[in-house]
Amino acid sequence: MRPWVAWALLLGALSAVSLCVGATSIFTGELDAGWILAISRFPRTAAALLTGVGLALAGVVVQQSVQNRMVEPSLIGTPEAAMLGLLAITLLAPGAAIVTKMSVAAVAALLGMGVFLAVARAIPRHDPMLLPIIGLIYGGILFSSSIWIAWTTDLMQYLGTWRLGEFSGVMQGRYEMLWIVAIVAVLLYAIADRITLLGFGEAQARSLGLNYAQTRGIGLAAVAVITAVIVVTVGYLPFVGLLAPNIVSRWRGDNLRANLPVVAAFGAASVLSADILGRVLRPPYEIPAGTIFAVFGACVFLWMLNARPARRAHG
Amino acid sequence: MITVSNLSHEAGGARILSDVSVEIPSGGITALIGPNGAGKSTLLHCLAGLIRPAAGAVYIDDAPVLLLADRDRARAVALLQQSQTIVNRLTVRELVGFGRWPHHQGRPGPEDARLTQAALETFELDQMADRPLETLSGGQRQRAQVAMVWAQSTPWLLLDEPLNALDPKYARDLMHRLHELTRPGPEARSVVVVLHDINAAATWADRVVAMKDGRIHASGESAEILAPGVLGELYETRFDVLDHEGRPVVVSR
Repeated sequence: MRPWVAWALLLGALSAVSLCVGATSIFTGELDAGWILAISRFPRTAAALLTGVGLALAGVVVQQSVQNRMVEPSLIGTPEAAMLGLLAITLLAPGAAIVTKMSVAAVAALLGMGVFLAVARAIPRHDPMLLPIIGLIYGGILFSSSIWIAWTTDLMQYLGTWRLGEFSGVMQGRYEMLWIVAIVAVLLYAIADRITLLGFGEAQARSLGLNYAQTRGIGLAAVAVITAVIVVTVGYLPFVGLLAPNIVSRWRGDNLRANLPVVAAFGAASVLSADILGRVLRPPYEIPAGTIFAVFGACVFLWMLNARPARRAHG
Repeated sequence: MITVSNLSHEAGGARILSDVSVEIPSGGITALIGPNGAGKSTLLHCLAGLIRPAAGAVYIDDAPVLLLADRDRARAVALLQQSQTIVNRLTVRELVGFGRWPHHQGRPGPEDARLTQAALETFELDQMADRPLETLSGGQRQRAQVAMVWAQSTPWLLLDEPLNALDPKYARDLMHRLHELTRPGPEARSVVVVLHDINAAATWADRVVAMKDGRIHASGESAEILAPGVLGELYETRFDVLDHEGRPVVVSR
């Protein structure tokens, strides 16, 4: 069986389960099953898949851009910067359209990454764990500023929903912005070779004829848009951007022309699985997918740290 | 020919290159030697058009390298940075294939596949072409990286300390291969290589450019530069140059 057939079957099976599982049964005939599927189950399934695709791709792009596998957007302050932007626009223009809010969040995310990259230039590269640690501190500073602002302006509730990704509130008419992720994914696939070359480092990539600054700019803009859309619509899920690229890389390498679809499919499958799990563990209550992923993801992250392969061959 | 005229560069307030002018004729191997911190790597990056110097200019075959478009520059000159900088998990064939990138920019054709295969064979990597880089030894990886810039098919090849990770056998094999590939002929290339091993320069280089404190200390035919007087001033230590079967051997005292 060709790999893409296997992935299509897996995603199809998970989607079918996701469409069938929930607090209301679609099989007893109490409610119109078609109506429930259309306004709740289908949007929810699509939202989880798109979120997974977006987070996984954002993770790959960030990792190649800074040549470090141990980072993802939430480890370099991207969602925190987006949240700060969202708070600002919510305070300045409470009635702004969702597109405006999302755009402001994307610009803030891009600025946040720009500042981090400027800081990161001064960080020695010999220990790959240094970058995510500094990124965590940076994200922490941004997030505590958000908390302070939200606290003094009575917006803490918003911060909670942006910070903790979950899909129970996803309904028809409230998630469609997430399809932007699909558009960005196609764009990233078109420049997959260039993203791989970013991982060669600036001098080597430029020597191979890559317009490094432009490519990195496009990549990080894509990350900013993905992050902003996800934070606004369903809230951020940590670890997806770290796990999906790393697991796929261990298994199939880093040639993104071949692997980007696998990374995307892996992200989609894992986020949807986390959402389904959250629905079936304690019915009729739900555990947010973000919580499930944080627990599961932390375990896999610890495993990755210990099983980190040698970065250089000896001999 | 590469022409460097009045090149100066500084970084972080420190002067790295001071008024460097030198001409590197096409063909053969030119070794760039000198003590640590002499500015060899910076000069190599300037030759590759990757650094915009504070003053001066570099011409590759009469074209100012900084005025070339990215793609044209990458078809004129290829640089391999110091070893072990590429950490991507790729197979040998995928890595070498990226050398063709400036020619196809994402849409490889049959010619690219052919030249990738040719580079793999030239550096005897065809047996391990589909193995992931991280499973190779340091020497094999270094060879794969050289094969990548070789596949770039540029008239000029700039290598920054390619022998660093290599044991004597691999180092000898690599220099020997580069020596053969730069002999005069229709497909001959020109190689500029930063070397710390003076004897590798003595054995394989056609010309030597010696740098010290950001300046050109001496440049010319290998035999005239690799002499006790020049080397002694360059490294501030005493050397003897012996004759071994008609070939100079440099020994420090």
